Amino acid sequence: MQTFDLAARGLRELNQTLHSLRGGQTNETVWEIVNTRGSHAIAVGVDAPLDITVRGTTGYYCAGMNKQASIRITGSAGPGVAENMMSGTVIVEGDASQYAGATGRGGLLVIKGNASSRCGISMKGIDIVVHGSIGHMSAFMAQSGSLVVLGDAGDALGDSLYEAKLYVRGKVKSLGADCIEKEMRPEHYEALEELLRRGEATGKAKPEEFRRYGSARKLYNFNIDNAAAY
Amino acid sequence: MSDFPHTPPRFSATFTPAINAEIRRAAASGIYDIRGGGTKRHLPHFDDLLFLGASISRYPLEGYREKCATDVWLGTRFAKNPIHLDIPVTIAGMSFGALSGPAKEALGRGATEAGTSTTTGDGGMTEEERGHSKTLVYQVLPSRYGMNPDDLRRADAIEVVVGQGAKPGGGGMLLGQKISDRVAMMRNLPKGIDQRSACRHPDWTGPDDLEIKILEIREITDWEKPIYVKIGGARPYYDTALAVKAGADVVVLDGMQGGTAATQDVFIEQVGMPILACIPLAVKALQDLGMHRKVQLIVSGGIRTGADVAKAMAMGADAVAIGTAALVALGDNDPKLEAEYQKLQTTADAYDDWHEGKDPAGITTQDPELFKRFDPVLGGRRLKNYLKVMTLEAQTIARACGKNHLHNLEPEDLVALNVEAAAMAGVPLAGTTWIPGRNGGF
Repeated sequence: MQTFDLAARGLRELNQTLHSLRGGQTNETVWEIVNTRGSHAIAVGVDAPLDITVRGTTGYYCAGMNKQASIRITGSAGPGVAENMMSGTVIVEGDASQYAGATGRGGLLVIKGNASSRCGISMKGIDIVVHGSIGHMSAFMAQSGSLVVLGDAGDALGDSLYEAKLYVRGKVKSLGADCIEKEMRPEHYEALEELLRRGEATGKAKPEEFRRYGSARKLYNFNIDNAAAY
Repeated sequence: MSDFPHTPPRFSATFTPAINAEIRRAAASGIYDIRGGGTKRHLPHFDDLLFLGASISRYPLEGYREKCATDVWLGTRFAKNPIHLDIPVTIAGMSFGALSGPAKEALGRGATEAGTSTTTGDGGMTEEERGHSKTLVYQVLPSRYGMNPDDLRRADAIEVVVGQGAKPGGGGMLLGQKISDRVAMMRNLPKGIDQRSACRHPDWTGPDDLEIKILEIREITDWEKPIYVKIGGARPYYDTALAVKAGADVVVLDGMQGGTAATQDVFIEQVGMPILACIPLAVKALQDLGMHRKVQLIVSGGIRTGADVAKAMAMGADAVAIGTAALVALGDNDPKLEAEYQKLQTTADAYDDWHEGKDPAGITTQDPELFKRFDPVLGGRRLKNYLKVMTLEAQTIARACGKNHLHNLEPEDLVALNVEAAAMAGVPLAGTTWIPGRNGGF
């Protein structure tokens, strides 16, 4: 395992070192980043099948735009963790701040604690599994992918939602414009079981305990009679 | 009954026929008017400025003998690989989706031949544009449609879009007619929906966050690429200062004459400031921070001629960007298509229903039958010609003012024809030494 001391060597060297492994012709595939001290932009733009453990708590945008790598944050993550992730896996052992997984296009984001507001905002294909609860305006304008919440959801869940699938086990404080509860069909139980397994939540919750939410698709084309919803 | 003459019909200056027509249209349809382009109202503009030219105290350069350079460096503050353009006229961001693939290709061809850059838009990067544009600026927009690290790395510069002149404070809009299979796939949206892009970025709010967002983009791209911040003409002094504070290499400032693919008419016409009023405030912010020319300023919104280029640069811009003018150069709104414009209940030079996707010129459409009418090679050549003419015009003026580089043009070369333009541009009213507002706050 390669250990990178962020406090000693600095952010720019960290990211350039990880970027230099693009293309995958390396045996240096297991990394540990220590002394993170809440730094922003840790391990952003990684594009290699690396196994990275970030020891401690991170600032903004840790694992931003990740491709291929498995990145585990042992502490809590600041705003925008795994923003625009393309593929790979990001696991936060603690809590996550605002906009976790924002605009993510693929891969899996797992938050073992709670996530703050706007979790999964504008998500475009990422799967997000939150073991705790999520804050308000989560999955705002979410386009595709799945958001699984073992706890509760705050106000205005799924506002102006497109085709993302939302599964919540606990209470939803309120649904946003054009977001409605939908029937759980066999394929949804199946998909949810798989998401819980990949999200390290098997045994913590069963698929049948969840409710599904999605788009009513009433705002897809403008209609003056829906103006009050905007 | 009486023999007295009738009072002739008198139209109201408040309830004009155009206003009444809009009231009737709104009453019938129940939806605001959506259109493309920029503001159509009359505004103080570059037309209200004149150059003084050389005189006894300043001598001119020979038009065909003495060099007047036009090149510009962009991104010299932090980027490892700043951009060097032959001419200071760039092509503004216009999305694939709003424009057809061939139109994007033509912009790339024309700009590359003329030695300048093009800019993506709210639809991601297309092969048509990357393949034909030597220098391509990749926009990071609130919607993040198609955003990915590979395109960030194959861009030559990155532009974080905070706002645009046509609609400062507004998001994008692309109506269902233009959400073709390809556009839907690139944006990860269902086909045929009315797409409304967010007006705010999903993962940052405010200048302190922007600084961290820019840091992230720099880290992803190993500090190689210039990072621009684009702002609409709302509060240019503060927005420019905050963009500089957030770490921008380049500030792109778009006045309300700047176009849009589709936005509410009320937004286009009622929000934002004309570019003439914006430039001095942005330049002052850069000067107050000691960053003028170090952080470059690109201005846009109603740039049409080499004279406009020269005037913008004399006011302190490092370069300009064109959007609407580039589309006209490609063939948009051409009177030779008048019969087809008539069928759309409009007329050449007034067609602005770009959101409907029925453009007879094949430029602002996703209809294959229409966009195959447009020849990207010919379109590229027309754009190159136009860019060359603008450059020659700007050089002609600069030489007349005794300048061996367009960047040496200065406010002292300008006068204003009316009080409004003098106040906004911060140059004296012609024939006087009076700059309204000076010595009394800015």
